[in-house]
Amino acid sequence: MSEPLLVVDKLSVHLPCGDRIVRAVDEVSFTLQRGQTLALVGESGSGKSMLCRAIMGLLPGRARLPAPGRIVFAGQDLGVLKASERAGLCGRRIGMVLQDPLSALNPVMKIGRQIAEPMRHHLGMTRVQARERSIELLRAVGIAQAETRIDCYPHQLSGGMRQRVVIAIALACEPQLLIADEPTTALDVTVQAEILDLLARLQRERNMAMILVSHNLGVVAGRAHETAVMYAGRVVEQAPTAELFARMRMRYTRALFDAIPRLDDPAQAMLTAIGGQSPDLAALPGGCSFAPRCARAEERCSDQAPMLVSDGHARHRYACWFPCAVGATA
Amino acid sequence: MRFVGGKFLHLIVVILAVTALTFAILDLLPGSAAYAVAGANASAHDIAAIQEDLGLGDPALVRYGKWLAGVLRGDLGVSLVSGQPVAQAIASHLPATVELVVLAQLFTLLVAVPVGLLSAWRVDSRFDRFCSTLGFGLTSIPGFALAMVLVYFLALKLKWFPAVGYAPLSAGIWPNLKSLFLPAVSLALVEWVILMRVLRSELIATLQEDFILQARAKGLPAWNILLQHALRPSLFGSLTVFGLQVGNLIGGAVIVEQLFALPGVGRLLLAGIFAQDFAMVQGCVLLIAVAYVAINFLVDVGYGLLDPRVRRGGFARG
Repeated sequence: MSEPLLVVDKLSVHLPCGDRIVRAVDEVSFTLQRGQTLALVGESGSGKSMLCRAIMGLLPGRARLPAPGRIVFAGQDLGVLKASERAGLCGRRIGMVLQDPLSALNPVMKIGRQIAEPMRHHLGMTRVQARERSIELLRAVGIAQAETRIDCYPHQLSGGMRQRVVIAIALACEPQLLIADEPTTALDVTVQAEILDLLARLQRERNMAMILVSHNLGVVAGRAHETAVMYAGRVVEQAPTAELFARMRMRYTRALFDAIPRLDDPAQAMLTAIGGQSPDLAALPGGCSFAPRCARAEERCSDQAPMLVSDGHARHRYACWFPCAVGATA
Repeated sequence: MRFVGGKFLHLIVVILAVTALTFAILDLLPGSAAYAVAGANASAHDIAAIQEDLGLGDPALVRYGKWLAGVLRGDLGVSLVSGQPVAQAIASHLPATVELVVLAQLFTLLVAVPVGLLSAWRVDSRFDRFCSTLGFGLTSIPGFALAMVLVYFLALKLKWFPAVGYAPLSAGIWPNLKSLFLPAVSLALVEWVILMRVLRSELIATLQEDFILQARAKGLPAWNILLQHALRPSLFGSLTVFGLQVGNLIGGAVIVEQLFALPGVGRLLLAGIFAQDFAMVQGCVLLIAVAYVAINFLVDVGYGLLDPRVRRGGFARG
């Protein structure tokens, strides 16, 4: 296998908060090959967005990245780059799609200019070149009448169309890596699938690597080569997506899966929720961070943190002392 | 068109209300313009005669009606004291006021916008804290006290600017600007703080927005994000304050005009009030009211230019 595009190695993100330290991301490691899609799945507050922002170099000013955490992009350790060199990667080689397209576009700027901006800045295109290319991009993300829509303001477009515009912006400079941070959470259910399929198609066509973030396991099924489940800032289970769905070993993964409402549920059925709350990231329990909410937890779980280890089956790794039996339900 | 029509109606209501109120207040004050005209040694008989002469014997409502009828014909009347037509007096005092306002607000903008941008970009930095402290210090000192300090150093010690007096534009642009520099600076010293604080707080809110994160994700440099993305959506409050400041300075810069002996509208109004020269006061009040409404109109137009969502009436988000 060739050199991976992205290596995240023991990456932690700490946010000082008063005299406490919030461990938003805790020793996360993964690699991403060119042209592959990695899905990051987890509840709100599990550190997915912070992880994405750490890769982009867009963390809040007070955030710290303690050693030995490293992010290596295309062989280059991002930690040693100057801020300006880092900014040269953003929008150029790494594109990002934010969660809420309603707020991700500047309300007082025509969308054409917003798409053209990174091309003018990074590729030195003229106004005319950038405009032509913007129209092409709008077509590529499936916006009809691109020539007229390009002069619209964001409020003149629907939510789904705005997310297509945000995707066009992220794609403008043909990045090698696209980070999509919950790209469909703010959209209508009917539009969600369209946008996800669009992303998957663009990713295949352009041979981009993609990090697809979602809190919904159903979203990533069939759209990601590999899936990492995050809980309380850590990766707790990671496997090729098909393998993960076939053999969920972590009870947290299983619970996330069960939380997806299904069409064949009876009409009045209760939604399955995960009991309890996600832990305080400034005061994590000593052992497994999911132990307080886990039905199967024993003494050992709250004493010793399980490592993320492989069971030797198809690169499937999980961090649990008492994994689910293969094929069993929780 | 309906927008303009509505504004015009608004103007008429404002003018009627303001002038009627001023008239009533002047009428309630003891004494009359006749005393000012007659001088200190006049007898009660003289004063009664002059009062009759000036038409001050009529009931207040009749006099207000007459004045209003005159205004509709484009006649603001004559000063009760000097006999000079009011329109002429205002016209001769307007240039100094307009120039003062323009210059003062120019200085205000030149300081407030860059300081506001830098303070908001690095909140709580040393620069931010220094400017906030300086600003609060300046606003808590009356403008005229600062003006005296400026005059002492820049005019009396260094002799860079004249201490008092106004050189009209006809005397050459350079002497004209020099005579207005100190008055404009002493106004701007207080005004910039207010504008800067409003701009700063609005910018801080804008910089939290997702579209700023998106702009940073594009890899754009900081100045580009501040000027191209953050500034324009953060100008609403500043525009409102700016409009109020301009309106306030027309006729409201009395102390500075008095200190620097500038022949401005503020001084004209003040002199009119002291002499109970109701024609002059009404003329000045009319000018100020029209100016306020006109500035407000421009501010409303400005909102539309700033934000396309305002343009076609109301915010449409969907």
